[in-house]
Amino acid sequence: MDLYEYQGKELFRRFGIPVSDGRLALSPEDARQAAQELGGAVVVKAQVHAGGRGKAGGIKLAASPSEAEARAADILGMDIRGHVVHRLWVEKASEIEREYYLSVTFDRGEKKPLFMLTTEGGVDIEELAATSPEKLARLHVDPLVGFHPFQARWLCFAAGIREPAEQKQVIAIVGKLYETFVSCEAMLCEINPLIVTPAGEVRALDAKVTIDDNALYRHPDLAELRDLAAADVQEQRAREKGLAYVKLDGDIGILGNGAGLVMSTLDVVAQAGGRPANFCDIGGGAQADVVVGALEVITADPVKAILFNIFGGITRGGEVARGLLEALERIGIDVPVVVRLDGTEAEEGRRLLAESSPANVHVESTMLSAAERVVELAR
Amino acid sequence: MAIIVDAATRLVVQGITGREGQFHALRNRDYGTNVVAGVTPGKGGEAVEGVPVFDSVRDAMAETKPNTSMVFVPARFAADAIYEAVDAGIETVICITEGIPAHDMLRIYNYIRPRGVTLVGPNCPGVLSPGKANVGIIPAEIFSPGPVGLVSRSGTLTYQIGNELTQLGVGQSTIVGIGGDPVVGTSFIDALERFEADPETRFVVMVGEIGGSEEEKAAAFIAERMTKPVVGYIAGRTAPPGKTMGHAGAIISGSAGTAKAKQEALEARGVRVGTNPTEAARLVADLVAGAR
Repeated sequence: MDLYEYQGKELFRRFGIPVSDGRLALSPEDARQAAQELGGAVVVKAQVHAGGRGKAGGIKLAASPSEAEARAADILGMDIRGHVVHRLWVEKASEIEREYYLSVTFDRGEKKPLFMLTTEGGVDIEELAATSPEKLARLHVDPLVGFHPFQARWLCFAAGIREPAEQKQVIAIVGKLYETFVSCEAMLCEINPLIVTPAGEVRALDAKVTIDDNALYRHPDLAELRDLAAADVQEQRAREKGLAYVKLDGDIGILGNGAGLVMSTLDVVAQAGGRPANFCDIGGGAQADVVVGALEVITADPVKAILFNIFGGITRGGEVARGLLEALERIGIDVPVVVRLDGTEAEEGRRLLAESSPANVHVESTMLSAAERVVELAR
Repeated sequence: MAIIVDAATRLVVQGITGREGQFHALRNRDYGTNVVAGVTPGKGGEAVEGVPVFDSVRDAMAETKPNTSMVFVPARFAADAIYEAVDAGIETVICITEGIPAHDMLRIYNYIRPRGVTLVGPNCPGVLSPGKANVGIIPAEIFSPGPVGLVSRSGTLTYQIGNELTQLGVGQSTIVGIGGDPVVGTSFIDALERFEADPETRFVVMVGEIGGSEEEKAAAFIAERMTKPVVGYIAGRTAPPGKTMGHAGAIISGSAGTAKAKQEALEARGVRVGTNPTEAARLVADLVAGAR
């Protein structure tokens, strides 16, 4: 789960990482009041789960409360890479002498947390890692041993941060960032940029925090931060039904069991010249009602045809067929449905479908032929 | 031979009295796996269709000498169950449970590695050596004994490819589902290394998907260390960046972890990559036919 900048900064503040004073604003009036309370120049920042906010015009400087109100009116409702802005973070403007980059993330390959620090802040870190790796200090932490200050010192020296007062602050921030990472069970804690003010103060000017969804049950306070309004309505409904669902931009609904098989199904449909409308994984061992729920979610999208690709292991073909037949009756699906059933109880499922033989259900025997058929029917 | 599980496997099932645990423990036993014990705290002394149940893995170890554990307990208790198995001296832990927090897995991985324990999963379908043993939820009936080792991050996609291989008359030595989480106990390289050392395995199929860089690392390993031919397949060619595609680990972050990058890394090292499961199975069948 991705946090908004202001939520990440709230966490940083809790763990003692210096951030600028700010207020959440949901309306231009809120922004005006926030600017009044904060005093002086402020920055009005769009809160969306997307990068490149500045380039998209979602971050603006305002010299006065009335200007903050005007900028807020400009930014609210703006579409930034498909994310509509509903929330703003208004914070005291910062004077910036230098911009650094600091993050701690999961290194999946090494299976250890990885710190990255560079004095080339405000940049695309992937690009820097590719073009000037020597400018990027990288250090793994043994999760069993935890973080120790020598590691932060090493990072500072390796990144070329030598000024004692500044180094002391960065070392403290590195330690606190690790504490945030572990305590909140984050997958990523990124400060880009980490700024140094003309007065020599080091502060987090941005916050990007991703929390492990699987750990949210241990962090009810963090789980509450999820912005239900920002999630796609269908993705939200699917989550409630226990389905893994991702909305895509095509017109063929895809339903299958198991993430790999569904991903592969999308690929095969694309190879056949079709455009998937979604990714929907009913998981393992799904009962008929889960299938009905999945079809409810999928048919809420404007789909021209639907492909069922089921390879039963613990999922039984009979249950899937029953779910499909029930859904046809209950939610009245009139687009063509291509069904491919294999594995556990596939014959039972095919028999059930053959018996009631609904006019819009087409049974195919292989994944490839099913993909070709559904593409043809969606034309 | 075969890898990870075989006729010498003595299995203890942690969480054997749960609905899923019981169903699959008995299915594994019906297949011929030597299921020697089950563990459910508080149910020691009971039995599940003749399989004795113990309160702890330690008790099960004292009485029945298992060497392998299958973890079927809910996600909140699964990390604890893995530590318990390792503490009791289990050498191989196969964790089916989905949804274990990633930070738990980080610590577990770094704990078990220096102890020489093999962990497969979590969030995986298990390991099947056709004709020898099945530990997990893989439907064994669609596989048959033969020379092809199969390693995959996805369960049902493995069934798909295994089924196509079987239909083409090509059997398998072992099928390893390594799981779809960001941190898994057995990586592609770990499985490839074992297949390389296994005399029964003569060809390997590696089924990857978007996310992480394990497939890229495996490509380098194949080029440098493997003598046996490997065929690849990568799912998620059309997956959008930034979206978790069902598996917690299946996510393209920035420009990293795309199917295209993985396929190119494999092909650059001389690994043949199928563009769909059917094509991958055919590539393997051609290799097998060519070697006959």
